[in-house]
Amino acid sequence: MNGVHDMGGMQDMGKVSLEKNEPVFHDTWEGRVYALNRAAAAGGKWNLDASRYEIELIPPAEYLRTSYYERWYARLVELLIKRQMVTRAEIQSGQPAPGSPKTTPVMKGGEIAVLAPANPERPAAEVAARFAVGQRVRARNIHPVHHTRLPRYARGKQGVIVRHQGIFIFPDTNAHSEGENPQHVYSVRFAATELWGSHASSRDSIHLDLWDEYLELA
Amino acid sequence: METSRRTFLGTVSAAAASSPGPGDDPGHEHQDVPSEPALRVKTLESLLVEKGIVDPAALDAIVDYFEHKVGPRDGARVVARAWVDPEFKQLLLTDAPTAIAKLGYSSVRGEHLRVVENTSKVHNLVVCTLCSCYPWALLGLPPVWYKSNAYRSRAVIDPRGMLQELGCTIPENVEVHVWDSTAELRYLVLPERPAGTEGLREEELAAMVSRDAMIGVAKIGLPAQEGPK
Repeated sequence: MNGVHDMGGMQDMGKVSLEKNEPVFHDTWEGRVYALNRAAAAGGKWNLDASRYEIELIPPAEYLRTSYYERWYARLVELLIKRQMVTRAEIQSGQPAPGSPKTTPVMKGGEIAVLAPANPERPAAEVAARFAVGQRVRARNIHPVHHTRLPRYARGKQGVIVRHQGIFIFPDTNAHSEGENPQHVYSVRFAATELWGSHASSRDSIHLDLWDEYLELA
Repeated sequence: METSRRTFLGTVSAAAASSPGPGDDPGHEHQDVPSEPALRVKTLESLLVEKGIVDPAALDAIVDYFEHKVGPRDGARVVARAWVDPEFKQLLLTDAPTAIAKLGYSSVRGEHLRVVENTSKVHNLVVCTLCSCYPWALLGLPPVWYKSNAYRSRAVIDPRGMLQELGCTIPENVEVHVWDSTAELRYLVLPERPAGTEGLREEELAAMVSRDAMIGVAKIGLPAQEGPK
């Protein structure tokens, strides 16, 4: 989806300012909402890609206005409602509806090791690689309306495969419960001048990790 | 999709309207009165605990983990080892998960980690333009600036200009390699070991390595950078 989350190359977004001695969380609620997301996700009702997509669904003006952890709150609420784990009325009241079922949490205190594999593991799928290191490729000029990890700024641009990264779940389908569709991922190097024109430094490059389906031979 | 957007507006707009401003301002003011997000999150937590979806002890453990158990000191330890042990460095650059497992970081924690080396010819910079992917297994959670619209948008189109503003000027003859974390690989920069540190012990070297240098927005030894916590 050509959403506002796809920010690479946008301009006038303000100054980058580093904060000295920055705390991990700026307020208690930020830590709680982070933990709520992680603990609820451990229940397995949604995968990582669906969870990223849910943030991308935040309307652009809201996305830009809200803070990072406010987006995490919004994402969690929407996922819980979509998976019918809570109702909107319950979110408003903070109380379970009378007679609603009570479940058992998947992640218990002290079982924080469950946290570790935040990302989908490499499936042991036997699929052939479509490309090889050293080949010139072009990122396809596609504009899917669903979740994708191919940023706009690279689409239609040519680069070189510099490393084979392994086999990974394909986010474009996995986010929508349309299958893991595992395929090879490559590190593709794009010259800065290819992406941004002659104004960019001819020495610089941008590397993206791209799935087979995002690429075609150049 | 349209339905999703409408429901979002229904749920989120009130919270958004009362929030203090763009999330990119790192200078959050301390508030004595609970903010609107604080109340909403508290309400959500009590609902999810009541319904048996989350265990409050697990929430405590998660917060404690990210506040106290993982952080830039882990990455700094790995960098310092690479500086003193060429064999370890070689392994780190070719197979980072196996390398950090030798320092006691579980292979799960280091999964899909890649380490890229700064040299006199190459400066590396890590970003996630699409969200906030970050090598948290060795650095903990990302700082606000890393997740900011400003950083995510600019790091790929104007890395040199941005770095210069941050006090990290890259000479014209040095290549800038930007790594946009679009898949499940997580990137950590191995900074150059500063000259004049030959006599330092590994622990002393680790104390010099800043989080910002491991992302590529600072050099080791320059002022105005944080040491690992």
